[in-house]
Amino acid sequence: MTVILNEGDSAGTSGAASGSPVDAAPEPGKSTTRGRLVLTRFLRNRLALFGLVVIVLMYLLAFVGPLLSKWSYDEQDYTAFLQAPYPAHIFGTDKIGTDMFAQTMRGLQKSLLIGLLVAVISTGFAALVGAVAGYFLGWVDRGLMWMVDLLLVLPSFLIIAILSPAFRGKSWLLFVVLLAAFQWMITARIVRGMTLTLKEREFVKAAKYMGQSPGRIIAKHIVPNMASLLIIDATINVGSAVLAETGLSYFGFGVQPPDVSLGTLIASGSDSALTYAWLFLIPAGFLVVFVLAVNFVGDGLRDALDPTSSRGRKREKKADRDRDDDAPASTQGPDTTTSSTTTSGGGKA
Amino acid sequence: MSSAELLFDSADRPAPTGPVLEVHDLAVSFPSESGRVRAVRGLSYQVAPGEVLGIVGESGSGKSVSSLAVMGLLPPQARITGSIKFQGRELIGLNDGELSKIRGKRVSMVFQDPLSALTPVYTVGDQIAEALLVHRGAKISKQAAAKRAVELLDLVGIPNAVERAKAFPHEFSGGMRQRAVIAMAIANDPDLIIADEPTTALDVTVQAQVLEVLKTAQEVTGAGIVIITHDLGVVAGFADRLMVMYAGKAVETGQVDEIYARPRMPYTLGLLGSIPRLDVGEKQPLVPIVGQPPSLTELPPGCPFAPRCPMEVDACRTAEPELVDVDGSAEHRAACIRTDELAASDTEGAEAAVEIFGAEVVEEAPIAKVPREERKIVLQLSGLVKHYPVTKGVVLKRRVGTVHAVDGISFDIREGETLGVVGESGCGKTTTLMEILNLQKPMGGTLSVLGQDAADLNAKSRKAIRRDLQVVFQDPMAALDPRLPIFDVIAEPMQVHDLDKEHIANRVPELLDLVGLRREHASRYPAEFSGGQRQRIGIARALALNPKLLVLDEPVSALDVSIQAGVINLLEELKAKLGLSYLFVAHDLSVVRHIADRVAVMYLGKIVEIGQVDEVFDAPRHPYTQALLSAIPIPDPVKERQRERILVTGDLPSPANPPSGCRFRTRCFLHATLSEDKQRTCVEVEPPRQEQGEDHEAACHFAQIRQVL
Ligand SMILES: Nc1ncnc2c1ncn2[C@@H]1O[C@H](COP(=O)(O)OP(=O)(O)OP(=O)(O)O)[C@@H](O)[C@H]1O
Ligand code: SF4
Ligand code: SF4
Ligand SMILES: [Mg+2]
Repeated sequence: MTVILNEGDSAGTSGAASGSPVDAAPEPGKSTTRGRLVLTRFLRNRLALFGLVVIVLMYLLAFVGPLLSKWSYDEQDYTAFLQAPYPAHIFGTDKIGTDMFAQTMRGLQKSLLIGLLVAVISTGFAALVGAVAGYFLGWVDRGLMWMVDLLLVLPSFLIIAILSPAFRGKSWLLFVVLLAAFQWMITARIVRGMTLTLKEREFVKAAKYMGQSPGRIIAKHIVPNMASLLIIDATINVGSAVLAETGLSYFGFGVQPPDVSLGTLIASGSDSALTYAWLFLIPAGFLVVFVLAVNFVGDGLRDALDPTSSRGRKREKKADRDRDDDAPASTQGPDTTTSSTTTSGGGKA
Repeated sequence: MSSAELLFDSADRPAPTGPVLEVHDLAVSFPSESGRVRAVRGLSYQVAPGEVLGIVGESGSGKSVSSLAVMGLLPPQARITGSIKFQGRELIGLNDGELSKIRGKRVSMVFQDPLSALTPVYTVGDQIAEALLVHRGAKISKQAAAKRAVELLDLVGIPNAVERAKAFPHEFSGGMRQRAVIAMAIANDPDLIIADEPTTALDVTVQAQVLEVLKTAQEVTGAGIVIITHDLGVVAGFADRLMVMYAGKAVETGQVDEIYARPRMPYTLGLLGSIPRLDVGEKQPLVPIVGQPPSLTELPPGCPFAPRCPMEVDACRTAEPELVDVDGSAEHRAACIRTDELAASDTEGAEAAVEIFGAEVVEEAPIAKVPREERKIVLQLSGLVKHYPVTKGVVLKRRVGTVHAVDGISFDIREGETLGVVGESGCGKTTTLMEILNLQKPMGGTLSVLGQDAADLNAKSRKAIRRDLQVVFQDPMAALDPRLPIFDVIAEPMQVHDLDKEHIANRVPELLDLVGLRREHASRYPAEFSGGQRQRIGIARALALNPKLLVLDEPVSALDVSIQAGVINLLEELKAKLGLSYLFVAHDLSVVRHIADRVAVMYLGKIVEIGQVDEVFDAPRHPYTQALLSAIPIPDPVKERQRERILVTGDLPSPANPPSGCRFRTRCFLHATLSEDKQRTCVEVEPPRQEQGEDHEAACHFAQIRQVL
């Protein structure tokens, strides 16, 4: 996995201060805390907002849609085999006459839940394990990293394949946990490495000497400073979870007929992608839109969390410049070009 | 130097006449997202053979860029116009091949970071020999080159040069590397040496050595030198002429003595007034130059210094002033429309700066008038020890030695008092601070904070003490979480100590006011502030809980001089206003003299001298203190040239293997002059700390006063 880090993350002392004078013009006298600031920055990003709306709409569609349809995903219409979309079956039917709309909605439900849950669980777990191991070191670290190494050498596909029959009929949630359980290890290792460097940074020491507890230090300083990594990781995980689920289902584990997921639908529709295109294009289209929307939201979230990103602020620039001009000299706005050199000028410890 | 003749037989080359370097109307700009960065805007200067030109200015003023342009080392996207003539030959427009014939042979450069100039995989000797071979080609044999490399290393003062030539760069200390780079720079007997902050990364004692080497290099090669620095002290004694740069332009040029004695541009005046003086005992006001240097992308018309200038009038904003002759001499030129008025005023130098910039001496706190013995002790260390194990092996860690980072130090700090701790890097200053901040039972000795012994603390009482003990770090960028808005940064200590939300919401703006920032700044991120502002934020955070003791780890060393003065003034004000005590670690002795009441000098994990600041600075007893003080350049050319330098030889010994007896004996100049049995005392007996006067102790068997300032 390639990890693209921005300045905020690699947490360089570079003072990268890409430094345009910035941000969210605050109402005087009223200060904004991180939560609110991140929210306003996120909401300002049109594409991310659009992505979020699309995801919400997909959920609504996936769960409300089936109620509106008179067909269910495990029912067959024996009067319509392999029909292209027409009013009675708006997404058409497959070769045994199942309504594609009902199937797609059912699949969407599964994939949405599996994709997002697996991503959130595995990334969250990776962040937790990596940060805890890197922060505490010692036997905690050895224990956790031993677990990571063990899981890395185990052939995950085989294990899931072996375990699945035992879970058959049980909740799909177990399946989610299983998928997540095999996706977090590499990220955890990366997170541990980053924690090791972050821990030496002075702001973490500052928090420690303030009396901040280790748990809060991890939650407040360490994890947020890896936000870009984690968000990228999570968005990638959404895609790969859906794919992993498809792969497993294809081999007969995971989601089993008559139940469907977008993955199984795509797999079975791909044979007839050219002849009966709707069988393939419709579920594939939903998957593409879903993954794209997740990526938009991820991007937006990353920009919102990353103070050095300029996206969330562009429109503010002019107003801000005006404000800085009338600043009393002693507290002038940050310099625009030189802040990166201010820190480097004094490496004379 | 006897080897000089043999190395530099410049007779075969006709002595060049006229200036070595002539820069005329040089302009350099870079493309950037927010428009073209005009880093250098019309710079003209000359360097005569054998002359030393100093270039000073704040970070980002274009010092480095203009010199890189001379070397032809700017990235391709840079647009360069104007003229750069080296010995009459135009350099702009030459292709890289032609330039590299000149570079390294006729012009050489010494960078701030010596490591980047040396290739890690070749020995130092080979690299110097290589520099010779590249430019002399067939004229010199490999053996001769290797031999000459050793001679050069010897010339720059590397002991045991034959052996050392075979070492790799990483085996050299910072000062030795810089010397090796200088050896390489003078290998081909250049006509011009450009040194960009050659001593900024080094300790003061090593800085003095390296400057000495540069002087030797200049003497033997007869080259012109351009030395770039932000330290007005360094150039005072070394340079002949000075050029002050601001926003990509020269704003004042002239003879060093002239400029220091009679600055004619408010910026230069401010710079001179902003540095604390090592040689001035009574409290002097420091001149802070408010604000930031302007953005180089969209400079407003008029004088670029106008927004920060106390003498600014409407006329300043109409057109950018050109360099004009001042005081009727073509030697001294300044770019300001009000130079005449500066010349007419009856004060000069730092005094004039204080008058014009309106700086004031900070009033002392009432507590300072109470005799020291009657004040409460806020911090007490007695015999504090911190050793680190040195281990070898990855799987089975074996202990192979001990680093004696801090080896039994004692001092106390009373209420309302500032103790400065000084010493070379690696002497254990930061370790001491961390031991105090950790509030754990020390390895040896005792540590007590606000009357409580650290050994008796439990988690709860430790947290309670943390309320009164706060820290300010050196690097203002690293000390603030880049992901937290300033509000949260400052609020954090209060949240940790469970203050209610409302209190915090009121307190944060209050604190911002206190440190001279604006309340609206609370919702910005750290990256949006300049270094000086970030340090103010760090201080605001430290003050959030009304602490009693503030521990400051080099709080101003990462800041430009003009900004530094503002932060020092702030710290002094706060101390007076809030009755704080400071433990102030710094390597800059001038700053310590200015701010501290008492000073402790550390060497290799021990305190060698401690006492009242004026006592220690005016009548230092320990040879190390004397050497340290004499190594600090004073920003006064006349005084500086008369001073006698005590050069300590070599580098700090490894703390894993400190010398027996007196730890300073390997570098002690006094030790070398003693009779044999006295020397034996130094080797065998560790000198105890002895009373030398009222509140003044030193740890030397043969302590004697020697004035060095
Ligand atoms: N390669 C580059 N691309 C774009 N801008 C640059 C580049 N190099 C330098 N600059 C800009 O040119 C200006 C002058 O930089 P310069 O390095 O000369 O400053 P300086 O006076 O040497 O400062 P310092 O004391 O920090 O070394 C700065 O604003 C800097 O950001
Ligand atoms: S020209 Fe005006 S603004 Fe510029 S330095 Fe002189 S007095 Fe100050
Ligand atoms: S004890 Fe001896 S070696 Fe140590 S500082 Fe004094 S004279 Fe020098
Ligand atoms: Mg520079």
